[in-house]
Amino acid sequence: MINLDAHAPSGPLAEKWNRHRNEMKLVNPSNKRKFKILVVGTGLAGGSAAATLAELGYNVEAFCYQDSPRRAHSIAAQGGINAAKNYQNDGDSVYRLFYDTIKGGDFRARESNVYRLAQVSNAIIDHCAAQGVPFAREYGGLLDNRSFGGAQVSRTFYARGQTGQQLLLGAYASLIRQIGRGAVKMHSRSEMQELVLVDGVARGIVTRDLVTGKIESHVGDAVVLATGGYGNLYFLSTMAAGCNVTAAYRAYKKGAAFANPCYVQIHPTCIPITGDHQSKLTLMSESLRNDGRIWVPKKVGDKRAPNDIPEDERDYYLERKYPSYGNLAPRDISSRSAKEVCDEGRGVGEAGRGVYLDFADSIKRLGVETIKERYGNLFDMYFKITAEDGYKIPMRIYPATHYTMGGLWVDYNLMSNVPGLHVIGEANFSDHGANRLGASALMQGLADGYFILPYTMGHWLATAKLPKVSTDRPEFKQAEAEVDGKVKKLLSLKGKRTVKSFHRDLGKIMWEYCGMGRNDAGLKKALELIPPLREEFWKNITVPGAGEDLNTELERAGRVADYFEFAELLVYDALERKESCGSHFREESQTSEGEAKRDDENYCHVSAWEFTGVGQRPNLHKEPLAFETVQLGQRSYK
Amino acid sequence: MNLTLHVWRQKNPQAKGQMVTYPAREISPNMSFLEMLDIVNEELVLKGEEPIAFDHDCREGICGMCSLVINGIAHGHERGTTVCQLHMRHFKDGQEITIEPWRAKPFPVLRDLIVDRSALDRIMMAGGFISVNAGGAPDANALPVPKEHAELAMDAAACIGCGACVASCKNASAMLFMSAKICQFAHLPQGQPERMDRVRKMVAAMDAEGFGNCTNQYECEAVCPKEISVRFIAEMNRDYWRAWL
Ligand SMILES: Cc1cc2nc3c(=O)[nH]c(=O)nc-3n(C[C@H](O)[C@H](O)[C@H](O)COP(=O)(O)OP(=O)(O)OC[C@H]3O[C@@H](n4cnc5c(N)ncnc54)[C@H](O)[C@@H]3O)c2cc1C
Ligand code: SF4
Ligand code: FES
Repeated sequence: MINLDAHAPSGPLAEKWNRHRNEMKLVNPSNKRKFKILVVGTGLAGGSAAATLAELGYNVEAFCYQDSPRRAHSIAAQGGINAAKNYQNDGDSVYRLFYDTIKGGDFRARESNVYRLAQVSNAIIDHCAAQGVPFAREYGGLLDNRSFGGAQVSRTFYARGQTGQQLLLGAYASLIRQIGRGAVKMHSRSEMQELVLVDGVARGIVTRDLVTGKIESHVGDAVVLATGGYGNLYFLSTMAAGCNVTAAYRAYKKGAAFANPCYVQIHPTCIPITGDHQSKLTLMSESLRNDGRIWVPKKVGDKRAPNDIPEDERDYYLERKYPSYGNLAPRDISSRSAKEVCDEGRGVGEAGRGVYLDFADSIKRLGVETIKERYGNLFDMYFKITAEDGYKIPMRIYPATHYTMGGLWVDYNLMSNVPGLHVIGEANFSDHGANRLGASALMQGLADGYFILPYTMGHWLATAKLPKVSTDRPEFKQAEAEVDGKVKKLLSLKGKRTVKSFHRDLGKIMWEYCGMGRNDAGLKKALELIPPLREEFWKNITVPGAGEDLNTELERAGRVADYFEFAELLVYDALERKESCGSHFREESQTSEGEAKRDDENYCHVSAWEFTGVGQRPNLHKEPLAFETVQLGQRSYK
Repeated sequence: MNLTLHVWRQKNPQAKGQMVTYPAREISPNMSFLEMLDIVNEELVLKGEEPIAFDHDCREGICGMCSLVINGIAHGHERGTTVCQLHMRHFKDGQEITIEPWRAKPFPVLRDLIVDRSALDRIMMAGGFISVNAGGAPDANALPVPKEHAELAMDAAACIGCGACVASCKNASAMLFMSAKICQFAHLPQGQPERMDRVRKMVAAMDAEGFGNCTNQYECEAVCPKEISVRFIAEMNRDYWRAWL
C-alpha cells in the first residue's frame, strides 16, 4: 500500500518551515561522518545537495552519466532564476512569488511546499553571489533583474544568456571542493540502473560504469535521486541526448509513487523542426518575448516573405487574445495558441509549423545595439542553426517539449513514499503543479539542494535507526543480476532496426496523441499503439558490441527501453485527468472561448501512481490538495 | 550532399587505433555535424558494426561534452562554434573530412573519439572555487561589483571546459582553460581572499597532470568555441608572479 501523507507541518503558512526546522531531529556532528548518502545526479539539484551535505560533514557518494559533474543539463538554462528580493522596489514579496508560482501551476501544487520555495529563494541568490557567480549588474554595482515569462514584477536574476551554466558551475565548484577534501566520492560516467531496498527501505543502488561496463552495487543510509526530467520520451525535445527516466522509473518499479506524469511543459520559443534527421530541438530563451512580438499572417496559406506582409494583414494573436499579458502570456497558453494558428493553416516556414517572433518594432524603439546587448547570443545561436539573420527578418519559432513537472512523489521532507529515498530537482513532482513558470526550475533545484534537503536529511538519519547492511546482501545480488540480464538481453536481440528508429516512432505517438492537446480517443489510441511497438522493440532492435566496453548504443537502448514502459504510465495519467489544467489541455474540458477549464471539484488532487506490472494499468492514489491560504481562481491572463 | 569521412577508431585505451574510411551519403546542409555522424552510425549499426563513439550531450554548444578535431582543427573551422553547432552547410559536396579525438597526453583516448578529460576536473579541484559553505552568505547586494568588473568576470566564466584549447596547443597547455576560471574570480571582490593561493595551487595541479606550458602561439584562442581571450593568460601570469613575491 502506498502512503501519501505529505507531512506538511501545521500552523500558519508563513511559519511552517521555521517551525519544522525547529522541530526536526539533528544528527550529532561527530556522527555525521558515519552516515553515507548516495546522490544520483549532479545537476543544480544534486550538485548543490551533494556539496552541502558534505559541508555539513556527511559522507557522500555522487553519480552522473557525463564525464564531469559540470556538464549536467542544468547547464543549458538560459533565462534566469527567480527570487523574492524585491531589489527593484516594485512590490515583490515572498507571498507574491509564492502566489504567482502556485497560480502559474494552475493550483495543482501543495501550498506548504511552494511557500517554502519562495521563502528560501533569497538565500540562494546570496549564496550564489558569494560563490562568485557573475550575475548581471547595474552601473551602481547592484544586481540587475528582468521580468520573465508571465510575471508582473522584475524578480529574475540572470548571467547573460547563461544563467544555468553559471549557477551549475557555482554548484560544481562547491562540489569539486568537497571532492578535493575527500568528503564526496564522485563517480562520473556512471549510470544508475536499479534502486535497492532492504526491508522496504532504500539502501542502495546498482550502477553500470559506462567505460568498463562494470555493474556495481553501492550501499548507503539514504538515496537521493536528482536525475532530472523525462522530456526525451518525446524523442525531440530541448533536453540533452542522455536525459533519461531510468533512475526514476526503476524507483517507481520498486514501489515509489510516480506523481502527475502527464504534466509536460511544451515551451513556446524553440527553433522549428527542419527534417527527420533532427536529433534535438533548441530552445531560445523566452526572455525574447519581452521585446519580440509574435504573429502569423491573417490569411490562410499566405506564402509571402514576412517583411512583405503589411501590418494590417498580420495577426498578433497573443496581444489580441490576452491584452494585459500579450506576448508574455504563460508558456502553456502561448504554446497552445501557436498550435491553434498553425492548425488553422496560418503557420509559417516550409512545413507550416512555425510562427514569427519579430523584433522590428523594438529595434526601431531601442536601437539594434540594445537588442544585441540583451539577446546577442540568442540571435547568434539562431543564425548558427538556421542561417537566418533575426535582426533583419523575423525569427521563426515553434513549441517543443521542454520540462516535466511530473516526477516521483515526495512529501514535505522531499522523501518519497519509499523510506530513505529522497527526490529533488526536476525529478520530483513537488512545486510547479501543472505548469512551471519561467526561472523557477533553477530556483527549485537549488532550494532543494542547498537549503531544504540538507535539513530534512538530518531528520531522516537521526530517526531512522538503520541496521548495518553490506552489498553482499541478496537484495544487491539480485538487483545486479537483473541489470546484467537486461544488458545481455539487449545485446542478444540482433534484430533489424536501430534503437533510435524505435525512439523516434515512440516520440511521434506521444507528440501526436499526448502532446499539446489531448482527448479521450487519442489517448486510448496511444494506449493501443505503445504496447505492440514495445514488443517489437524487444524483438527487433540490434545493439552491436559488448557489455564490457564503452558502448554508446547499449546506453541508448537501456534508456529507450525504460521510456517504452514509462510512456504508458504517462498516457494513463493523461486519460484519467479529464480536466484541463496548466500544460495538460483536455480538449473535452474547455470554455466556450476555447480556454482551458479546470475542474476543482473532481481533480484538485495529485495523482500518484503505483506500479502493478509491465503493460498493466497502474493503481491510482490521490493526495488531495487542500488550500488554506489562496483562493482557487480561474487563471486569467486576458 | 555526399562526403568521405576518415575517422579515428580505437577500441579501448590500450588498443592501437587507426583511421578508417566511411562514406556519408545524402547529407542535408541543415544537419549539424553530429547529426551527420548519427546517420553514418545508423548505417553501421544496421550492418552489425559498432558505431563510432563520440562524446555529446546538450547539442547546443554549452555542456562542453562534444570534442572532435575536424580536418586538423578542434571543433572544426567555424570560429566560435562547438562541433554540435557546426552545420553541414559549411562543407562542400564530395569533400573529404578527417575526424580525430582531442590529442594530448593528459587526455587518454577511451574509445574512438572519446577521451578522458578528468585532468581538467583535478585542476579545478586544486582551487577553482571560492571557499564558502551554504548558509553563511551576506545579502547579495551587500557587496556591490562594478558593472565592468562583472562583465569581465562573465567573459571569463563563459568557458565550457571542453578542452579544445589543450587539444589545439602543441604543448598541450591548459592555460586558457585555467586562466578563465582564475580571472573570473580575480575580477570579483568575492574572489580576492584566496586569489594568490588559488593561482599557485592551480598552476601546480596543471603541471602535475602533465599539461605543458604556454609559448604564446594563441592556437587556443583561435579554436575556443566561447572565444575566451588570451588576455586572461597574461593576467593570470601577472597574478602568478605576484603570488610568489
Ligand atoms: C534549454 C533549457 C533551458 C532552461 N532554462 C531555464 C531557465 O531559464 N530558468 C529555469 O528556472 N529553468 C530553466 N530550465 C529548466 C532547468 O534548467 C531544469 O529543470 C533544471 O536545471 C534541472 O536540474 P536538475 O538538477 O533537476 O537536473 P539535471 O541538470 O538534468 O541533472 C540531472 C543529473 O542526473 C544525472 N543522471 C540522470 N540520469 C542518471 C542515471 N540514470 N544515473 C546517473 N546519473 C544520472 C545526470 O548526469 C545529471 O548530473 C531550462 C531547461 C532547458 C532544457
Ligand atoms: S577556454 Fe575555450 S577551448 Fe578551452 S576549455 Fe574553455 S571553452 Fe573550451
Ligand atoms: S554537445 Fe554540448 S557543447 Fe556540444
